[in-house]
Amino acid sequence: MSLYLDYQATSPMPPEVREVYLDALAGVGNPSSIHQAGQRQRAILEDARERIAGVLGCEPLEVIFTSGGTEAINTALKGAIWAAKRARGADSPTTIVSTRAEHHATLDALAWLVSQEGTDVAWVPVDSEGVIDTDSLEVILSDHPATVVTTLLANNEVGSLQPIEEIVRVSSESRALVHVDAIAALGYIPVDFASLGVTAMSVSAHKVGGPVGVGALVLSRGAPELSALVHGGDQQRVRSGTLDVAGVVAFAAALELRERTRRDQSESLRSVRDALLAQLSVAVPEIQVRGSRVSRLPGNLHITIPGCEGDVLLYLLDQEGVHVSTGSACQAGVPEPSHVLLAMGMSEEDARGALRFSLGYHTSLEDVARVAALFPGVVEGARRAGMASGR
Amino acid sequence: MGVKVLAAMSGGVDSAVAAARAVEAGHEVVGVHLALSRMPGTLRTGARGCCTIEDSMDARRVADMLGIAFYVWDFSERFAKDVVQDFIDEYSEGRTPNPCMRCNQHIKFQAVLERGLALGFDAIATGHYASVIEGPQGKELHRAATWAKDQSYVLGVLTTEQLEHCYFPLAETPSKDEVRAEAAQRGFIVANKPDSHDICFIPDGDTRGWLADRVGEKHGPVLTSDGELVGSHQGAHAFTVGQRKGLQLGYPAADGKPRYVLEVRPKTNEVIVGPKEALAISELAGSAMSFAGADPVESGLAGAAPDDHGFGCEAFECHVQVRAHADPVPAQARVQSGELVVRLHEPLLGVAPGQSAVIYVGTRVLGQCTIDRTVSALQGAPLG
Repeated sequence: MSLYLDYQATSPMPPEVREVYLDALAGVGNPSSIHQAGQRQRAILEDARERIAGVLGCEPLEVIFTSGGTEAINTALKGAIWAAKRARGADSPTTIVSTRAEHHATLDALAWLVSQEGTDVAWVPVDSEGVIDTDSLEVILSDHPATVVTTLLANNEVGSLQPIEEIVRVSSESRALVHVDAIAALGYIPVDFASLGVTAMSVSAHKVGGPVGVGALVLSRGAPELSALVHGGDQQRVRSGTLDVAGVVAFAAALELRERTRRDQSESLRSVRDALLAQLSVAVPEIQVRGSRVSRLPGNLHITIPGCEGDVLLYLLDQEGVHVSTGSACQAGVPEPSHVLLAMGMSEEDARGALRFSLGYHTSLEDVARVAALFPGVVEGARRAGMASGR
Repeated sequence: MGVKVLAAMSGGVDSAVAAARAVEAGHEVVGVHLALSRMPGTLRTGARGCCTIEDSMDARRVADMLGIAFYVWDFSERFAKDVVQDFIDEYSEGRTPNPCMRCNQHIKFQAVLERGLALGFDAIATGHYASVIEGPQGKELHRAATWAKDQSYVLGVLTTEQLEHCYFPLAETPSKDEVRAEAAQRGFIVANKPDSHDICFIPDGDTRGWLADRVGEKHGPVLTSDGELVGSHQGAHAFTVGQRKGLQLGYPAADGKPRYVLEVRPKTNEVIVGPKEALAISELAGSAMSFAGADPVESGLAGAAPDDHGFGCEAFECHVQVRAHADPVPAQARVQSGELVVRLHEPLLGVAPGQSAVIYVGTRVLGQCTIDRTVSALQGAPLG
């Protein structure tokens, strides 16, 4: 039987969310239309927006729906740079302060801004657990007039939580737009926009059991208006395109359900994860936990196993029906050595032996026992294969 | 009874049908696509290559239709080292390598097969047109049923151990059209995909330009065998024995006949040219040899003649093939002083060091060597 342990890649949609989603799909009317059918759809959408804002701790007006987390991040970063250039002149210098351990949605957007807009990126180091060095951040911000400071709330690979209060405090005098990528964190730790104190925050629906293709950029009402990525009607503050009523309704339902689950069960999720670590460590004592042991997502267990290739470990577990991830980005199915682990100071060779288990709220101790029972054989097989293919 | 088969799926029609036949034969099949480039192109261009993301997707869709698990295995580092760098090194040494054979030798049937065996597979299935049959001394590699599609030459590098685990489901297929028809019938999107040809890591097909970028250009003389200066070139690596085009010689030969590259001397950066007759060789030899299955002595073809270099055997009659699409020619082969030495019954033209000489006895592939040296049929003097 199949055992899904890749909840950070995407999280299954609970039946009650699916029901709400299907019902909403039956609705007729473009929420931007003036007639009553449109008005009814608009009302449904705005109800959902208010519910989402309620969970996220922001004002409804601050929620800008997008096609997902990637678009939200791109809107925040490119939109802020373009807005700064619009305000200060096309040739005015722009700087983004970030880390090399960000998700590719951020890193690739930054690379694009560097090559196309001449933006400077000031890299703040992360420590061996993937946690941003706030002292360096402070030094960098005192030297650079930053346009944007962007960081993860929780690292999507190794699960470490960033000291966001400290980041906001250090950034407060710089007048930079502070963006936080909360995509991996949402649904696993408290995420409250107002108390985080950031200017912008990206979230995604499918990581919390909502539909793929729905996300949001939360943009503080006090933030300078961003420039849009695409144009065509300005249905929302900085975003064009017909609003996805059913998607947003399902996002709201999923988020509320997940928030209740999180409040009740995050401790038990953590203890199941800890049991997995304990049992894997007994089975294969050489495994090493990557990321913070104390300040991390409750469902995340990221390990490296010396002498093994992550993709072979993944293959062997997959053949046993256990679906996990190497944690890093894929190019046509080939895992690259994780840039996060490299940013944490690991060698390419050590980084290759990475495996990420991401547990869901339904993952049980029986599931843990099953993985632990398979694990020694899997590691042995991967070591044999590694020696055979000479890498 | 079925065994565990690793189907290497390039995204082409041959390996797709091979995988399908392996599934139908009742084996437990898992598909793998080999990622051989760190920077794969997104889309296939022209008919070249088998390593783009589009090819990987094609392979995946076939695996989906077959209902088998599918993975991409990254062998890009090994490929860069054992195939691409070897190709550059060989050309730099004035030799003419065959990268497809190196890939079979070091990647497909070594690194991939070894990983497969370590992961519990019994065999690797590919879309090659060649046969493996059970002979009196164990597994034997033979030409495919149809001569025109036969790919046994590029498999000549297989060792006895590797042959034990090879499975070529297309062996008995009479034509490529039949494979395409079968693919169409199975609903594979790759049924009409063009064949890949040329060198997969040189997508635009400009081998000379590709090498120039990596080896660098360096002007040097074009000489006759007598040392007469007849032209110049931009880098000896761009020339291969037997080449006629692109010499750009300013001085016509005395007899007015075209001239050919006879030899490439990378150390002195000289290219030696001469008449067609001077290309003829009567003997070739190489020390990097292997036997696919039983060796000539075990096969009862020749008496044993071990020497200081270890294995050796007396001369035996055979055919030798020096290129994938060349005709085999009758010859006599022996192993002496650590070399496979092949004496040709009739001269062969344009054989370059670096090429593989594959030895056939009837339809059976006995083994091969990488050619180190040749002997001219004219003077009986060594060339190259």
